[in-house]
Amino acid sequence: MTRTWFGLPASPGALLGGLLIGVLLLAAGLGMVWTPYDPLAIDFRARLQPPGPEHWLGTDEFGRDVFSRALAGASTSVSISLFTVAAATVAGMLIGLAAGYLRGWTDRIVVSITDALLAFPGILLALGLLAVLGANKYGIILALALAYTPSVVRVVRSNVFSLRETGFVEASRVMGNGELFTMARHVLPNCIAPVTVLATGMFGWVLLSESALSFLGLGVPPPAPTWGNMLAASRPYMSQAPWLGIYPGLCIALTLLGINLLGDAVRDRLDPRMRRI
Amino acid sequence: MTTGTDDALLSIEDLRLEAGLGRVIAEDVAFAVRPGEIVAVVGESGSGKTMVARAVLGLLPPPVVATAGRIVFEGRDLRTLPGSAMRRVRGARIGMVFQEPMTSLNPALTIGRQLDEGLRLHTSLRSAERRERIVAMLGRIGIDDPDRCLAAYPHEFSGGMRQRIMLASVMLLKPALLVADEPTTALDALVQRDVLELMVELTRENGTSVLLISHDLSMVARYADRVVVMYRGRIVEQGATDAILLSPRHDYTRKLLEALPRRGRARAVPTAEGAVIEVRNLTVDYPGRAGLFRKGRPKRAVDGVSLSVLPGETVAVVGGSGSGKTTLGRAIIGLIRPSGGEILFRGRSVMGGGGSREYRHGCQIVFQDPYSSLDPRMQVGAIVAEPLRLVPDLSAAERAERVRRVLSDVGLDADYADRFPHQLSGGQRQRVAIARAIVRRPAFVVADEPVSALDMTVQKQILRLFGDLQERYGFACLFISHDLAAVEQVADRVLVMKDGRIVEAGSRDDVFDRPQHPYTRRLLSAIPTLEPLPEGGFRLSVRHGQEALSAVS
Repeated sequence: MTRTWFGLPASPGALLGGLLIGVLLLAAGLGMVWTPYDPLAIDFRARLQPPGPEHWLGTDEFGRDVFSRALAGASTSVSISLFTVAAATVAGMLIGLAAGYLRGWTDRIVVSITDALLAFPGILLALGLLAVLGANKYGIILALALAYTPSVVRVVRSNVFSLRETGFVEASRVMGNGELFTMARHVLPNCIAPVTVLATGMFGWVLLSESALSFLGLGVPPPAPTWGNMLAASRPYMSQAPWLGIYPGLCIALTLLGINLLGDAVRDRLDPRMRRI
Repeated sequence: MTTGTDDALLSIEDLRLEAGLGRVIAEDVAFAVRPGEIVAVVGESGSGKTMVARAVLGLLPPPVVATAGRIVFEGRDLRTLPGSAMRRVRGARIGMVFQEPMTSLNPALTIGRQLDEGLRLHTSLRSAERRERIVAMLGRIGIDDPDRCLAAYPHEFSGGMRQRIMLASVMLLKPALLVADEPTTALDALVQRDVLELMVELTRENGTSVLLISHDLSMVARYADRVVVMYRGRIVEQGATDAILLSPRHDYTRKLLEALPRRGRARAVPTAEGAVIEVRNLTVDYPGRAGLFRKGRPKRAVDGVSLSVLPGETVAVVGGSGSGKTTLGRAIIGLIRPSGGEILFRGRSVMGGGGSREYRHGCQIVFQDPYSSLDPRMQVGAIVAEPLRLVPDLSAAERAERVRRVLSDVGLDADYADRFPHQLSGGQRQRVAIARAIVRRPAFVVADEPVSALDMTVQKQILRLFGDLQERYGFACLFISHDLAAVEQVADRVLVMKDGRIVEAGSRDDVFDRPQHPYTRRLLSAIPTLEPLPEGGFRLSVRHGQEALSAVS
């Protein structure tokens, strides 16, 4: 198999995924510094215009430029997803390591709590938390991170359970290495692969959850654009101005497709049987 | 090389197996199995022996396909047989016993259901008749209470028992050919012999031929009528067992025969110095299965064991699986907390708090499985250098020099330092594990079955390497093994363990030549040995055979 950048296999799917995510990141970066129009500027003379040379993706019911709003929304959606995944992964790994390595009562308590959290659908849990925390960007990140941490905990914990029985972890103890060193040097690096795969998948789910929360009106409060609240706002105009729903929806769908394709490539790459150096 | 195929039950002609894009797994394979005959195919891992056996059953794993040749069984070429016809042959006419007794029975079904399956599929017997045959067969394989056994699940049986049940399920259908792929490799010596003998008896009673696949030449030589030696996908030699043993023609066969461990000369061990490791009355309990509010009954794995190891000496601990020998080694090295007794390193107790720094640095272990004992994400150089992290006053240059030297000590070139474990063979991995254990120049090394996961010729190299290193660096060794042949080669003294206790202890020559305990005699008789003859051939011999048989009955 030929290899390209980062040693990812150059399969067509991985390339397409990389391309989609590259465009997404570019758009998110662009959306933070420049948009063709001010995404919040209201222009009643240009209400509900179809896509054309002036407004590439048309305008919404307040005459705001959809393309500008989609760009600005990309940066909000991507930053929320990134921070959520990072928070859930780091917290999940630490808790999972502690539970798997210390076992006993620590493990029982952690397992009971994660089981209880996993019993709720993630979105329902986030809804409840948002009601308490209030709907803003940081509340959403916290609520979604809390909802997604348990699955990381479970994956890490079960990996640590089998890793601590392996010869190289025991050999490290026999060498006289401390428990913390053994965890950092031998246990943690061997958990990275499954967690990375989980995290790529999680990025997609979080993006979807954020959109769903915004759609339900519990996301980032208007007028700030996210793909989810753009989609939600488009509903009354579905028949007159279908582009209002189509473009944010397309953004979400293409991003999810890209994430999934890239996630598959990462999984293949991290599988030791596929690894050649 | 085709041998008289007219009267053969199975004859394989010029078989060629390939995996994917023309990678040859086996080629020009040709041999025959006559009715009632036991033919052994012997070779190391990667020799293609298992794939040949699977080809006979039409069970080649997906990338591998047979691209040329014929597999003629009862007058029909199995290669060209359609799937439905092949399914009628499989099980009914050709039975198969796999290597891994722990996974070859379905854990979710009772033994009765699984035994019944084949009969229901391939015969038209009524349920009562089937049950009658199953009960008779279970009685035949030595199960005391067949009725209870029918309702039991596989996990209630030991590995040896499961392999017997597996044999029973296959032989119920009275196949014309039994393909046994390393049927006893996962079992310890005593059980191994029982299972093989049962297999030979059962097949002889039913006139079934056996195609026995194995890496262990001395084991199959005892039972096989003819031997086929495979090396790198080709047959290098075949013929009657006696002829092969007496006058091996091919170099590889000779190498295999010479790889069998042999007794080294007795070494003089200084006795004046104090012991490196002394164990007094050691007891280790495993907690039983506990419920939420209930403490399980502890299981005693090591029961009042005392031993001492002198500097530079190799003491072997021998016993079957479940004898507590591995637990003993792990307790001495500090991986398990003993529940009673005392461990002294150089006369100082190491109990409580993990022991002193001197003990931690002076005692190392080499594990059985070279595939899980090396961190897959670290390069060999880093793996070997890791123990030096805790050695004070060592500069980076000295550290690199120590790593380089120890790698050359274990026979690995300097460029191996940049490789990852998955790029190494089993033998090379075990060399790395040994290098890691001795890089700090320990006074004492526990070797827990260090060679039992390796091929015969690699075993020989590793055992010799271990002896050389011991001579050079003078560490003492506790050699834990179920393989008496390996023990005979390396040990100065031998301890025999059974049910957590030491039943016999003595010098190697005493234990091997004048065993006192009946269990030791049974262990010794379970391993056949090949004695080199002055003319250059080998003779099969069994030690204490008669005594042992009378001790069993």
